[in-house]
Amino acid sequence: MRITVENLSWSVPGGDIVRNVDLEIGSGETVGLIGPNGSGKSSLLRCVAGVRTASAGTVRYDGRDIRGWSARRIARHTAFVEQATESETDLRLGDVVALGRMPFRSRWRGPDRADRAIVDAALARLGLTGLRTRGWRTLSGGERQRAHIARALAQQPRCILLDEPTNHLDVRHQYELMDLLAGTEQTVLVALHDLSLAARYCDRLVLMHRGSLVASGPPRAVLTPGRLRDVFGIDAETGHDGLGNLTVACRGVARDPA
Amino acid sequence: MSGSPAVRSGVSGVSGVSGVSGVSAAALFLLGGAALAGSAAVCVRVGSGDVGYADLAAALGRRLGLAAEPLPPLIDSLVWDLRLPRVLLAALVGASLAVCGAALQAVTRNSLADPYLLGVSSGASAGAVAVAVLSVGAGSVGLAGGAFAGALVSFGLLMLLLRRTGLDSSRIVLTGVVVGQLFTALTSLVLMTSGDADTTRAITHWLLGSMASARWDAVAACAVAGAVGAVVVQACAPALDGFSFGADTAASLGVDVRATRLVLLVTTALLTSTAVASVGAIGFVGLIVPHGVRFLVGPLHRVLLPFTALVGAIFLMWADTLARVAFSPQEVPVGVFTALLGVPLFLLVLRRRGEL
Repeated sequence: MRITVENLSWSVPGGDIVRNVDLEIGSGETVGLIGPNGSGKSSLLRCVAGVRTASAGTVRYDGRDIRGWSARRIARHTAFVEQATESETDLRLGDVVALGRMPFRSRWRGPDRADRAIVDAALARLGLTGLRTRGWRTLSGGERQRAHIARALAQQPRCILLDEPTNHLDVRHQYELMDLLAGTEQTVLVALHDLSLAARYCDRLVLMHRGSLVASGPPRAVLTPGRLRDVFGIDAETGHDGLGNLTVACRGVARDPA
Repeated sequence: MSGSPAVRSGVSGVSGVSGVSGVSAAALFLLGGAALAGSAAVCVRVGSGDVGYADLAAALGRRLGLAAEPLPPLIDSLVWDLRLPRVLLAALVGASLAVCGAALQAVTRNSLADPYLLGVSSGASAGAVAVAVLSVGAGSVGLAGGAFAGALVSFGLLMLLLRRTGLDSSRIVLTGVVVGQLFTALTSLVLMTSGDADTTRAITHWLLGSMASARWDAVAACAVAGAVGAVVVQACAPALDGFSFGADTAASLGVDVRATRLVLLVTTALLTSTAVASVGAIGFVGLIVPHGVRFLVGPLHRVLLPFTALVGAIFLMWADTLARVAFSPQEVPVGVFTALLGVPLFLLVLRRRGEL
């Protein structure tokens, strides 16, 4: 699914969190959303996911403006994995993943056979099959994070939006997740803090700074030492590892950030 | 798998009823229904006066138009006019309060939430006091009418204060507390300045909840409100599951968050108001029954809500019967017994869940 963001702003009393963002994501593309804390990544994701209504501008799915769409209609197109996933619930992991079938189900019925097959596949894809009957509170942070990603896959969305999904994941699971996201046919917009990981797996990076989109393009075009200093305030150099992947090596905090 | 498998299977094994098989949940529900009917029969029988199951059957049979031996008028009246409406009212109020508690705990994501969170019980007591002490309505409305009106006024104020907000959890809880405090203060003010000792005592008794004045009109009101409320809340069951991870995740799963919260607030407020107006503010049922039932059948609301209604009904029926007979002929406010029975049960559940 193609996502088009036009002149999007999202404001709270006291200021603009997202300012005049224009962004086009092609169908099946994997795009990394990067930027320092408070640059507006999460807010942009929420607007694209339709859980916040933009103060100005439009979000289009395959060219159609989603303003006025019901939450259910949006949920049938797009899945969203939030950053914070705390819950007091004692739902079992399998039940949490099954929440992904909600947008397709009558409110009076539980999951049917087809739903269960989809949930099973999502659990298997994240390596969670053995944990399906475990209570939420007995799971580790990484297991919970993977459960939410499985829940998003069970939604069978045409676009997945993820807010720092590699948080809490050990190194292997970080790479597994990024392999999965880069390999899927679905459109992916993923906020990431690990720049090397973002550079390695994303077709394109989108850099945000103070609510505005300041750069967009292939990783090596976006991640330049000058931008890393101006936007992230770090003194860094880029290079390549033995496999030809772009790497970002940080030497420290920049002396005189812009 | 790490940790202690014994403890874990104790927890998720029991709650495994929720998702795995609808068949076992349905069987369990039928069993619960039978327990409800049986409890009702026993509760009608227990108490002063010699009432047997045959008398109950005869009284019911006569109303259903079956050829039954006419009972002595005194026994018939005891069964039909006093015991039966009282037992049924206890069941309806118990079910209503428990379902409201379960819904509000999910909507506010607060395990301490109960039906009185919205302040309607304080509004109801203010309304009752206005009628009883200040003679508002000049005798045209009874205590129940005044209480219902007061509950509606307090809920109206709550919604007025919450208008144009997203109805987010913490705001509901805080505003509900504020509104409740206001009406509690008004009640105290009226009682202290204008109430005599007898009125104050009567109102205090009423506030603790009592089914003693249960009549068929109250049963009818609670049955209608309960049926409508149960259907509305059940319709929101998937959304209530979706709220487990907060409003944004719920929205991304297709829940219209604000509309769902609004529907649930209005429904639970009306249901609670009807219950409180009928029998006073019976505490603890709406808080502990949902927790106990979650422990038994798991937290999925599609299964949780019907079982919560069932257990709430059985629980309050027995608590009221105890209140009636334990210190007979003296009757103890039922709220005392819901707490006396509820506290140990609740501690047991918390302990089994490893939270204490």
